[in-house]
Amino acid sequence: MGIEVVVEGLTKSFGKQNIWQDVSLTLPAGEVSVMLGPSGTGKTVFLKSIIGLLKPEQGRVLVNGVDMVNGSERDIMEARKLFGLMFQDGALFGSMSLFDNIAFPLREHTRKKESEIRRIVMERIDVVGLLGAEDKLPGEISGGMRKRAGLARALVLDPQIILCDEPDSGLDPVRTAFISQLLVDLNAQIDATMLIVTHNLDIASTVPDNMGMLFCRNLVTFGPREVLLTSDLPVVNQFLAGRCEGPIGMSEEKDAATLAAEELNGYGQGISSANAPRTVVPQLEPSPGLPVRQGALRRRERVMSMMGQLPEAARTAILNSYSPAAGGGRP
Amino acid sequence: MPVRPPEPPVDRVPAKAPEQRRPSRLSAPLRETGRLFALAGTVCRETFRRPFQVREFIEQFWFVASVTILPAALVSIPFGAVIALQVGSLTQQLGAQSFTGGASVLAVIQQASPIIVALLVSGAAGSAICADLGSRKIREELDAMEVMGVSPVQRLVVPRVLATMLVAVLLNGLVSVVGTLGGYFFNVIMQDGTPGAYLSSFSALAQLPDLYVSEIKALIFGFIAGIVAAYRGLNPRGGPKGVGDAVNQSVVITFMLLFFVNMVLTAIYLQIVPAKGS
Repeated sequence: MGIEVVVEGLTKSFGKQNIWQDVSLTLPAGEVSVMLGPSGTGKTVFLKSIIGLLKPEQGRVLVNGVDMVNGSERDIMEARKLFGLMFQDGALFGSMSLFDNIAFPLREHTRKKESEIRRIVMERIDVVGLLGAEDKLPGEISGGMRKRAGLARALVLDPQIILCDEPDSGLDPVRTAFISQLLVDLNAQIDATMLIVTHNLDIASTVPDNMGMLFCRNLVTFGPREVLLTSDLPVVNQFLAGRCEGPIGMSEEKDAATLAAEELNGYGQGISSANAPRTVVPQLEPSPGLPVRQGALRRRERVMSMMGQLPEAARTAILNSYSPAAGGGRP
Repeated sequence: MPVRPPEPPVDRVPAKAPEQRRPSRLSAPLRETGRLFALAGTVCRETFRRPFQVREFIEQFWFVASVTILPAALVSIPFGAVIALQVGSLTQQLGAQSFTGGASVLAVIQQASPIIVALLVSGAAGSAICADLGSRKIREELDAMEVMGVSPVQRLVVPRVLATMLVAVLLNGLVSVVGTLGGYFFNVIMQDGTPGAYLSSFSALAQLPDLYVSEIKALIFGFIAGIVAAYRGLNPRGGPKGVGDAVNQSVVITFMLLFFVNMVLTAIYLQIVPAKGS
């Protein structure tokens, strides 16, 4: 079972520039969470802060009792073995072949025999569909392949927490769909806590149990996916619809005058669709033959118990998804 | 029922700007120096942490040695010759030709050899180490390594620093021998010095501590070259151009440190080790 990640009051600045402040959320154990946000809102910074690569000025991140922000270097190093992080461009070691790259964590942290390492690595390479490319250098393969190799390397130690930095960027829609399915299948198999940072709406609407959104130096919301998917916040509306009209501008925020003008027009032509309740796409299920996601079962209980605090629209969506008629449950 | 935002985000921003102490421009060099020393301390500590990266160490040792041996030997011949010629002509004017050998050998072994070694280790190997680490840093390879729970200092920096130190010590022996031979050749052939006087003045003026201090200097210079190269490589400022600048700076900083440390070491040595015969 995965490990819960608790983030409390995290604030990060680079010099005078504040990236985000007072971010508090909990990634429930074994569930898949997605962090949305326009480009440049510090999603990657957030990911790196969770794993302790960047040190926020305030707040803490608790993983298994270790504070990844202010804890001792030794504890943090130890806690990192629980993580698998997939970097935006793979971050493979340029001087090693794909096989050696993926075998690196095994060789560093385990005393497995070379034959066993080979078996595990080839298995992971098969999972991400890179069979036949294991002897290539990272410079010789495409960006999408590098990304998948990076995922394989993140998975090789059977991590309890998997962080994915934009798993979709540089991939075609079909491969993105495969990655989505792969992430869900993985969650079913190893029951790891997952956090995916992305601005891909397909992944965001089908993969996660929980969703959050960063915008304008703040965490806009974080909670069960239905809350964000049915939310009528202007920011969320604009983002999910991919429109120009709304608070998000080209350089993060729009100036007040433009915003006021748009508001007069009711956010342009998008008003009709904005008021209509968005349909919540059903969540992806693990491939046939895989076990039921334990995280999904735990989430069901958790969400049911917090039903009272959720807004009306989200409540309806959740009930719909859990009623057998809607096809939410597994057959 | 609509979900309200917790608060309008825009209002909150200026109200709670985090009260950080603003780093002043003046303290920047001090901070850099402090971090350099911190890295040196970390490297010393991590050297004794298992598992020692034998393979990486051997590879780096071989690399550093292969790029420095030939230039060092080639530089040391003319350098030994220049010192022999200069000292030779000076001693001739003073009427102390018989001490030419001892004087030039002391100059070569104590001063010229460790400096030549350090300049070459830093210029040829240090720059390569700095560029290597710097490009790994900007490609996020070092972050990836850290995320996997592997310390880049222990895995990459320690073997490199140890390699530069060991190569510096061994190379110092080579340069001392080649430089002395060069000096002997030029003194005996060009300035008609007598081989016997040249050799016997060795034992008259030079002593074993001169050799020891030379090796100690080489060891320390090798350490400095490795640490500075690693420090600049681990902290490049943005992008490929930053790596280029870092390499440049690492060589310049090492050179400046070398001459300063050499001065200090020489002064200490002359204070604590009595000259021969005194």
